[in-house]
Amino acid sequence: MEVTIQKAVLAAVTDDLSKVSGVPAFLAEDDASRQKKALYLSRILQGAVHDLGNGVLIVVKH
Amino acid sequence: MDYGGAIGLGLLAGILARVLMLRSDYRQYPTYPHGYSTHLFMGIFASLAGAVTVPALLEGEWTAVTFFLLVAEQFRSIRGMERDSLKALEDSELVPRGTEYIENIARVFETRYYIVIVVAAATALGAIKQSPLMGLVFGAVVFMWGAILTRVETIGETVEVEAAPVIVRGSDVLVGDIFIFSVGLKESQEFIKERALGAILTPKNDEGRDTLASQGQRQAMLHDAASILGVRRDADNPEFAPQAKRDIKTGRVAVYVVPMDKDQGLLLEMLRRAPVLESARGRARFVRLGYVGKRHLHAGRNRIGGNHPEGGLGGRHR
Repeated sequence: MEVTIQKAVLAAVTDDLSKVSGVPAFLAEDDASRQKKALYLSRILQGAVHDLGNGVLIVVKH
Repeated sequence: MDYGGAIGLGLLAGILARVLMLRSDYRQYPTYPHGYSTHLFMGIFASLAGAVTVPALLEGEWTAVTFFLLVAEQFRSIRGMERDSLKALEDSELVPRGTEYIENIARVFETRYYIVIVVAAATALGAIKQSPLMGLVFGAVVFMWGAILTRVETIGETVEVEAAPVIVRGSDVLVGDIFIFSVGLKESQEFIKERALGAILTPKNDEGRDTLASQGQRQAMLHDAASILGVRRDADNPEFAPQAKRDIKTGRVAVYVVPMDKDQGLLLEMLRRAPVLESARGRARFVRLGYVGKRHLHAGRNRIGGNHPEGGLGGRHR
C-alpha cells in the first residue's frame, strides 16, 4: 500500500514571503506567475490549490 | 421421485437461482469474467450441498448436519474474499467505493449463497415428498422470499434528487447555495464553470436524513455516478474529484461532479438509483424513542420528519 501525507499544506505561493511561514514558500510577484507556479506545484505534488485571498495560494494534499 | 432425480433437480434449481442473482449492473461487479466464473462454480457447490442434505436427513444420516455446518463455514469466507479483492482495487480507483460500500457488496455476495443453498434444498424436498413440479414451485417460492428479504432500497425512495447549478464565485465553488470547496487555479475555475454538474439531495423524511448523513453512503453514490458518467480527473488534479457535501443547517447534500459525459438527467437518475447501504439505513423508524420523541418533544418538526405512526410522509414500517 502506498503511504502518503494527507490533509497537509505542502507548499505556498505568495507575493510576499513574510505572509507565509512554516511551509515551503515560493515567491511570485504577479498573478499570472503565481497561477503558473501553483499549477506546476499541484501537478507535481498531486495536491489541490486553494486561494487564501491576499495573494497567497496553498497546495494541499487531501 | 427417487433421491437421485431430486438431487439433480435441486442442483439445477440452485444453479438457476445463482445465475439469476449474478446480474452485472452499473454497480460494476462482477463484470470481470473470472469473477463471474468463480461465482458460478461456487454456486454449483452451494447448490449441490443444499440438494444432497435433504435425502441425507430423510434417511436419518445425522452426520450430514456436521458436513452441512462445514459447508456453511466455507461460504462465510465468501464475504472475506469479496472484501479483500475489492479493497485491493481501491487504491487505484479514481473514485473509490469506500469501505462501507465494499462491506455491503461483500455481505450481499455471502447472502446469495445461503439463498442458493435453501432454494436447492427446498426443491429437493418438494420433489421427494410430492412431485418434481411441486419441487420447482417450492424452489421458486423460497427464491422469491429470499429476493423480498434482501430487497435493496434506493436513494430515490427517501430522498428528493434535484438538479442544481454549479456556481464559481471568485475561488469558491458552490452547488446551489451549498459551499463545496475553494479552487485557487484560474484554469481549473474556468474548467469547472464549463463542465461541472451539480445536484441537491433533500431528505423526504428522517430515514433519508440519516442515510445522507452517512459518509460511506455518499461515497457509494459518487462511485456509482462516476462509474457511468465517467470522471474528468487524474491522480494529479484532485480538484475535479466528485464530492458530496452536507449542509449542516438543513441536512441536505450537494453533489458535485466533473463528468466526461455532461448529462444532467443521467446524473440525477444515477443518484436516485444508488442503493441505500445497510449500514446507512435510517434508524429512526426502528427506534421507539424516535416516535415518542417526535410526538412529544418536536411536534413542529414534521416538515422533514413526520415518520410517526399517525402518518405524515414517513417510510414503510417493517
